[in-house]
Amino acid sequence: MSLIEEVDLGTPRSKSETMVTLTIDGKQVSVPEGTSIMRAAMEAGHQIPKLCATDMVDAFGSCRLCLVEIEGRAGTPASCTTPVMPGLVVHTQTERLKTLRKGVMELYISDHPLDCLTCGANGDCELQDMAGAVGLRDVRYGYEGENHVFAKSNSEVNAAWMPKDESNPYFTYDPSKCIVCSRCVRACEEVQGTFALTISGRGFDSRVSPGMSESFLGSECVSCGACVQACPTATLTEKSVIEIGQPEHSVVTTCAYCGVGCAFKAEMRGEEVVRMVPYKDGKANRGHSCVKGRFAWGYTNHKERILKPMIRERIEDPWREVSWDEAFSFAATKMRGIQKKYGRDAIGGITSSRCTNEETYLVQKLIRAGFGNNNVDTCARVCHSPTGYGLATTFGTSAGTQDFDSVEETDVVVVIGANPASAHPVFASRLKKRLRQGAKLIVIDPRRTEMVESPHVKALHLPLMPGTNVAVMTALAHVIVTEGLVNEAFVRERCDWSEFEEWAAFVAQPNNSPEATAILTGVDPKVLREAARTYATGGNGAIYYGLGVTEHSQGSTTVMAIANLAMATGNIGRPGVGVNPLRGQNNVQGSCDMGSFPHELPGYRHIAGDAVREQFEALWNVKLNPEPGLRIPNMFDAAVEGTFMGLYVQGEDILQSDPNTSHVVAALSAMECVIVHDLFLNETANYAHVFLPGSSFLEKDGTFTNAERRIQRVRKVVTPKNGMADWEVTIGLAKAMGFEMNYNHPSEIMDEIAALTPTFAGVSYAKLEELGSVQWPCNEKAPEGTPVMHIDGFVRGKGKFVVTEYVATDERTGPRYPLLLTTGRILSQYNVGAQTRRTENVVWHAEDRLEIHPHDAEQRGVRDGDWVRLKSRAGETTLRAEITDRVAPGVVYTTFHHPDTQANVITTDYSDWATNCPEYKVTAVQVSPSNGPSDWQKAYDAQARHSRRIAPAEAAE
Amino acid sequence: MIMEGDPFLVIEGMTIAAITVGATKGYIYVRSEYPHAVEAMNAAIAAAKRGGYLGTNIGGTTQSFDLEVRVGAGAYVCGEETSLLESLEGRRGIVRAKPPLPAHHGLFGKPTVINNVLSFAAIPFILAEGAKAYADFGMGRSRGTMPIQLAGNIRYGGLFETAFGVTLGELVDDIGGGTFTGRPVRAVQVGGPLGAYFPRALFDTPFDYEAFAARDGLIGHGGIVVFDDSVDMRKQARFAMEFCAVESCGKCTPCRIGSTRGVETIEKIMRRERVTENLALVEDLCNTMKFGSLCALGGFTPYPVLSALKHFREDFVPAPTTLQAAE
Ligand code: SF4
Ligand code: SF4
Ligand code: SF4
Ligand code: SF4
Ligand code: FES
Repeated sequence: MSLIEEVDLGTPRSKSETMVTLTIDGKQVSVPEGTSIMRAAMEAGHQIPKLCATDMVDAFGSCRLCLVEIEGRAGTPASCTTPVMPGLVVHTQTERLKTLRKGVMELYISDHPLDCLTCGANGDCELQDMAGAVGLRDVRYGYEGENHVFAKSNSEVNAAWMPKDESNPYFTYDPSKCIVCSRCVRACEEVQGTFALTISGRGFDSRVSPGMSESFLGSECVSCGACVQACPTATLTEKSVIEIGQPEHSVVTTCAYCGVGCAFKAEMRGEEVVRMVPYKDGKANRGHSCVKGRFAWGYTNHKERILKPMIRERIEDPWREVSWDEAFSFAATKMRGIQKKYGRDAIGGITSSRCTNEETYLVQKLIRAGFGNNNVDTCARVCHSPTGYGLATTFGTSAGTQDFDSVEETDVVVVIGANPASAHPVFASRLKKRLRQGAKLIVIDPRRTEMVESPHVKALHLPLMPGTNVAVMTALAHVIVTEGLVNEAFVRERCDWSEFEEWAAFVAQPNNSPEATAILTGVDPKVLREAARTYATGGNGAIYYGLGVTEHSQGSTTVMAIANLAMATGNIGRPGVGVNPLRGQNNVQGSCDMGSFPHELPGYRHIAGDAVREQFEALWNVKLNPEPGLRIPNMFDAAVEGTFMGLYVQGEDILQSDPNTSHVVAALSAMECVIVHDLFLNETANYAHVFLPGSSFLEKDGTFTNAERRIQRVRKVVTPKNGMADWEVTIGLAKAMGFEMNYNHPSEIMDEIAALTPTFAGVSYAKLEELGSVQWPCNEKAPEGTPVMHIDGFVRGKGKFVVTEYVATDERTGPRYPLLLTTGRILSQYNVGAQTRRTENVVWHAEDRLEIHPHDAEQRGVRDGDWVRLKSRAGETTLRAEITDRVAPGVVYTTFHHPDTQANVITTDYSDWATNCPEYKVTAVQVSPSNGPSDWQKAYDAQARHSRRIAPAEAAE
Repeated sequence: MIMEGDPFLVIEGMTIAAITVGATKGYIYVRSEYPHAVEAMNAAIAAAKRGGYLGTNIGGTTQSFDLEVRVGAGAYVCGEETSLLESLEGRRGIVRAKPPLPAHHGLFGKPTVINNVLSFAAIPFILAEGAKAYADFGMGRSRGTMPIQLAGNIRYGGLFETAFGVTLGELVDDIGGGTFTGRPVRAVQVGGPLGAYFPRALFDTPFDYEAFAARDGLIGHGGIVVFDDSVDMRKQARFAMEFCAVESCGKCTPCRIGSTRGVETIEKIMRRERVTENLALVEDLCNTMKFGSLCALGGFTPYPVLSALKHFREDFVPAPTTLQAAE
């Protein structure tokens, strides 16, 4: 294995389809119009020296190394900024050019330290490479002149010198090595869209500066790493590279954090990860990353990670470390015992959206075939089950319609109940790039999110009251229908016309108008009308939505309302349009696809369907139960009732992520055997009897499926620290329970999935190796996968319009609970924070805070930073307040990354009518000043400490 | 001076240009050092609007054109057309690489016509009197007239407008009347701070773009600065590099680092350190800057330096006698 070298072609790819032919160094080259001479030469295999150009950002033309000569033209134009023209005859290496390049390099090196041997970038420095490429042998200017290199010059303090900035936990900025190529500045603007960097000073004084000469940590920087990746020198370098040294081999894998599914090169030295570098061929991320995937992988080596299996009789006991075999047989005996005592259906399992497709598949197989019931559910229940239901009903598939590339062709983007800048950062960057090119943005969210406030983006913001999504969507439809903006040709051709007419008549009712619904929704009718017109008539309209849509009592209804809008305006079935859920966790899509729901076998096929079930029975060689099993909330209810006693939880912290924490605690405490399979002693493990250590994404092979249905490989780069990959653990547990599953490698599991699931029929590891990734459906009809769905018609046949009546949630504010709480997440932390809290990312988000409007805060005598009590019908917690007008009066907002906060202690167990997806996004609450943690928090903390004890190993053994 | 004295000429020229290309918005970028010009232009624009010569339906036609004066903070490099555009857009005044040319992708990404006052002010005359009348002035490919500023050590300084073609000698000796100090003229810098120094031997050069270019000089904005025989050309060469270092936008390497190194190296020559090697280094540096720089600031700085080296080399290499004495 060696380091994967990605050739930097210098300038971005041109999308033109017109080809231009020219001659470069005597070679005929044909490239798309708009390509730079530099890229054309590089594609033809002729490397032109360069320092300021990189194919991630537009050409800039500042270093002047890439000069070329063109026959018939005077001067020496820069090849990075000069586009190709038909018939040009270009020379990239002449005596004149050689002299010029040497002259430029001599200048560079006259203001650069000569400590290459001890420099962190030694071996990976473009400045070094270029000095070699142009044959620089001498720097005649000497080193006594003005410079940025030495702290002292001629025994005087050198005012131009700046010390290293080590404030960012993951990378350093050493100004003395900076060649002022601006690649970092441009990467921050063009790739990331944050505009945190600038060049301060002019002329010789020019220096890279975060914000107004702030530190990186103190600036707007979100630590995405784009600048570090763009930097050709050691100026911006990963601390891990400085510590460890340059990597020697690399493996392409997929980020295990969010549903964007960024591809990375894990750059290794032996079995040590040196750094994770976003992979340019990754079709989801196109070479970009966010702070989580790029830097926050340190949790895989965290000291709190549990590497040995542990068991205990009672949750009051300390843990006892045992061998794998003992743990498996202990667990198997308990589970089988429960089934004997309480019946076959008294146990079940929960699959994880964090684990691979193969692992999820195995867990549901173990439950259906090994446990003999269908009590399998997934944490996607708590986020995106309404997506599955809503889109399957209207379009016929439970997935987003587009690939992420589609955003490059979008003209109007509607973002509903999602804050991609925090939760799907790389998608947000791609979106912002498109917005800076002129696409319009409509944001429907109670809170003024980072999307609304991002630089050089103007958004139409519809700040609705939490819980009124359906009313707003219907009002948008009202405008589209009553103002005659429906794309009738599309609807007649693609959708069921009579259903459409029924729907149109419904939305056109005066009580659905923006003016009539404004009292409920709080949205200015004028703004709403403008938004509707823009979406319907502004060109390609695309809708992206997140948990703010699904985690509501009317989650499924909103998803269908969104689908209705897209169909009515013809915004479906081609690049640039569509309906796209932004999936929270990395493998939400995959875990749903893999049959994680109690009623569905892999590929969303109902368990009651005899033909489908028989197919599985034949291959698995068992009889399957045709009755759907229990959903997570039903499992908890049954546990409290005493009929559900054993649970296998893989890679999910249900205690922290499920609503109404006290109910979950009661349910878990009632069970006789809880098996937690995870990296850490998570909160659920406090109530567990068996702990099976998990393996991180760096330690196993498999696949993840991202929010665009893209199946990508996860590749093992280090040996599992716990000794077994997760799929092997599940096989071990199954075996102990008397159910044999024989696989030597996850690829064999994928082959079985492909054999049983029509949409995966064409998927194999060999194909993934060849294509990099595929988007399902992948079968004979679409052997290379399907980037955009419903192109020639909907999967279900005719698109189905569904009447979406607004029903207010049962969760209402009143005198006792006058505020509405809504929850969300922030960039540097992920989900319940089990991973990110165990990395340096804590510097950005040490605790959860409650955002409250100045007006509401003042009424309650709450000042910024005060402890406040947050109380709902379900419970109470305390946390600190942050006063901001990002939220409207009457609305409060918090994140749920830290277990101390236990935001879910106060969320209720209301849920989506169709799918039981919990209503996280609306809870009526009261806020009052407080002195510190609540009694509940203290009691919880004490229990957790007690429960995490591990008995010291006995000397006798 | 045109802006202060006859701002309507500029407005008229710009309006004609705008109608020709279909532009509806014009900007006049003035450095803050010219408050009178700003005031005069603003007053003239207001008057033109009142009179219906700017705004919508100019002079009762369907044409519309609006003008706005923007005051720049006064960086020399903002005179370069692309950094002027950056500055107008409210960013740091740094040079953009071309292509794309401003005519395709200019201010706020829109196609932009960008010219100096001189060109716009010439338009009304050309349209009124005809192209031939204008072309009758001048010589070769340099047609029309040029305002010339006579300055420095000169008896009759000031601004003169004359047709192209008069010789440098006529300008300095006949119109300017020689030096103010009465000492002999030794060097003349033509074309602003980045123009070449010409010795008396080149006084037969006609004022014409091509003729000057043929002798490694340039006409630039038409400034002429006269020096008598007391001038030290090493200082002048150093000054050119220093000017470049001070005004450099810092985008491209040859100018950003080169100008500072140029000052340092010329200072070494002034201190008589390794003169031959350092002279060769300055020449190499000038080559790098001239052909490597992104814009004319770095690209033209070599003109004063190289011309000083070429025509006044005696100032740089120590006289043989001193050399012997030193050894
Ligand atoms: S890490 Fe990202 S956000 Fe921070 S300065 Fe670099 S590019 Fe900008
Ligand atoms: S920090 Fe790196 S990328 Fe940025 S200007 Fe300096 S050398 Fe270039
Ligand atoms: S967390 Fe999401 S956006 Fe960030 S690197 Fe991972 S997949 Fe990409
Ligand atoms: S030559 Fe000087 S002023 Fe011009 S672009 Fe380069 S650094 Fe800027
Ligand atoms: S690579 Fe073209 S100027 Fe720097």
